[in-house]
Amino acid sequence: MNSERKAHLLAALKKNCRYDGRKPFDYREITVEYGISRSAEGSARVKIGETEVIAGIKLETATPYPDRPNEGNLMVNAELLPMSNPEFEPGPPGDQATELARVVDRSIRESKSIDVKKLCISPGENAWGVMIDVCSINDAGNLFDAAALAALAALKDAKFPGLTKEGKANYEERTKNKLPLKREPLEVTVLKVGDQFFVDPLSDEEKVVEARLTVGVTEKDTVCALQKGGQSPLTLKDVDEMIKIAQKAAQKLRKAL
Amino acid sequence: MKEELKVNDKDIVVPGETIATGMSFLPGPGTYRYESNIVAQKLGMVSVDGKVIKLITLSGKYDPKVKDRVIGRVVDVLMTGWRFDINCPYSAVLNMKDAVSEFIPRGADLTQYFNISDYAIGMITNVTSQKLVDIATKGPGLRKLRGGRIISVSPKKVPRIIGKEGSMVTLIKEKTGCDIVVGQNGLVWISGEPHQEVVAVNTIKTIEQQAHLSGLTERVSEMLANGGSQ
Amino acid sequence: MTYTKRFDGRKFDETRPMIAKVGIIPRADGSAMFQAGDTIAYAAVYGPRDLHPKFMQNPSTGILRVHYNMMPFSGHGDRVRPGGGRRSKEICMVMQNALTPVLDLKDYPNAVVDVFIEFPQTDAGTRCAGLNAASMALADAGLTMKDLVCAIAAGRVEDKVVIDLNYLEDSHEDGCDIPMAILPSTGEVTLLQMDGEISAEMLSDALKLANNTAKQIYDVQKVALKEKFTQVKK
Repeated sequence: MNSERKAHLLAALKKNCRYDGRKPFDYREITVEYGISRSAEGSARVKIGETEVIAGIKLETATPYPDRPNEGNLMVNAELLPMSNPEFEPGPPGDQATELARVVDRSIRESKSIDVKKLCISPGENAWGVMIDVCSINDAGNLFDAAALAALAALKDAKFPGLTKEGKANYEERTKNKLPLKREPLEVTVLKVGDQFFVDPLSDEEKVVEARLTVGVTEKDTVCALQKGGQSPLTLKDVDEMIKIAQKAAQKLRKAL
Repeated sequence: MKEELKVNDKDIVVPGETIATGMSFLPGPGTYRYESNIVAQKLGMVSVDGKVIKLITLSGKYDPKVKDRVIGRVVDVLMTGWRFDINCPYSAVLNMKDAVSEFIPRGADLTQYFNISDYAIGMITNVTSQKLVDIATKGPGLRKLRGGRIISVSPKKVPRIIGKEGSMVTLIKEKTGCDIVVGQNGLVWISGEPHQEVVAVNTIKTIEQQAHLSGLTERVSEMLANGGSQ
Repeated sequence: MTYTKRFDGRKFDETRPMIAKVGIIPRADGSAMFQAGDTIAYAAVYGPRDLHPKFMQNPSTGILRVHYNMMPFSGHGDRVRPGGGRRSKEICMVMQNALTPVLDLKDYPNAVVDVFIEFPQTDAGTRCAGLNAASMALADAGLTMKDLVCAIAAGRVEDKVVIDLNYLEDSHEDGCDIPMAILPSTGEVTLLQMDGEISAEMLSDALKLANNTAKQIYDVQKVALKEKFTQVKK
């Protein structure tokens, strides 16, 4: 993106007008659809405008880690599918997918969203593992917020499978037991270009962004994860303002659940 | 074998679909003869011209043709020119002698004319069988596109966006006050007041979606009168 | 043993309910979804586009590359580890061979058309559902194709020849599964594989049954492709 076109976007933002006509802190239309994959124990499809992400949860039993014998395991993986963006390549997750997975992981793990002690079946021997996989279907900007929303929606949708006598998951049986969810963290990414802030970027806007801050926000309005991206520095005043923007936007985002 | 059209003029057909039976029909572009049938070899709209049956394609990549005006983006600066991405499977080369009206001396810093990620409207001057493409950016209407924004539309819908003798794009320019350049390759450059740009973009996207339907000009006029909403 | 009633109550020559949709991925040059029962395939086409690495380029024609991938949560049982293995490698290859005969990429020397096929949920018959989605996505991308490709599995469960096996039938110990890809206008076969054991007579019946079913799939694909261009009318 050259500087003249960046200046053009900035001029529009200064007039409170995004490239698709939205105001700086408006999201595109958000839809959440639950139970979109019968193979998964929990699943959800999230659309933010044309951006589409699917999250699926598999629940598997495993031996707990020796240092945490009473806890089940949690794992988040993100697949930036090459189907969703011509710039994504097939193969193992790159930097972008790894960052996405880790940021989603952080807000779920650090908000203590899942009561991992309740995942324990037999201390030191057997516990449920929660594997969250997020796959991008169409990338029209803002995969971060869509991925976190999809992961949370899939967690809310998940139900335990049955358990065999040997202590393995019996996927033929689906119980009515939901995952022990204590917190419901969302993520809002606030972007900065020039002296302007905005949320829910389009792909074109993502290309000119100088700095971004992804903020994990719980339903109690506490902050549960942060990730600064982009190569420009942020001042503390910027951070304060961005967090306020994120908290406010999270309330609107939460209504889609 | 009965000689008959299996579909109506302007119907949409899919690959493998029989459009007509009988040897008196002739296969035009987008169709082929299989035994005594004329069969579609693309997704497209049927156009019957006497006994010749052709398809108007509705989707697909831009296919570079000499004399087309296209919008390109500089992806590399070469020894004697620039390489442009022209929104198709093949890139185009702009030689320094075809770039600007002034003379560029050998060894000059080419980036002062076009730098990486600059956009320009150029004209295709040559396409080889192996799809090596040359463009020129000097000549009437050809230039570097400063500032503004670029949107992409289906290259197959460009004729409708331009309209008869430029009538459609002129209408949008007049109503929105935006400067608009439409490339045959499906890239459109727009520069104007931010809210009016949004009106122009929404109008162009609507034309793209409804290009194959009739009554388009009226709907577009209405839309522009309503500030870009249908 | 006699198979008197199918596990899901279908007639022996009845397919699972089929749903198709075109243009589901706006970013792609062509895209489609095909669902057969509980198996859902998404396909996205990018290209023709520049092909890297360069040594794969063919100066006389564009080439087709097929990528088949199950989403990690889409399998029966445990999570499917991403990355694919020998199975998906082989499936990619046979799917590529199944689609290439209908495509004409001579106008695109050195270029590539990439097809990405993904499954959010599966219940057997993934390569067939994937091919049905892929062939619609290729048509949606505006490519020159002499026909669509229609794929369906026939097979045997105990003493019966059946069409479109679901997971329970596919994994039944006494039977076999025969995925096929068929060009509906000529009846030619572009993919043929088999797992299990079957008599030559039953095999011949199974192949005929699959061939007769191709037309049904073609009709579903045809309606979906046309729908994309007629639904904006209102």
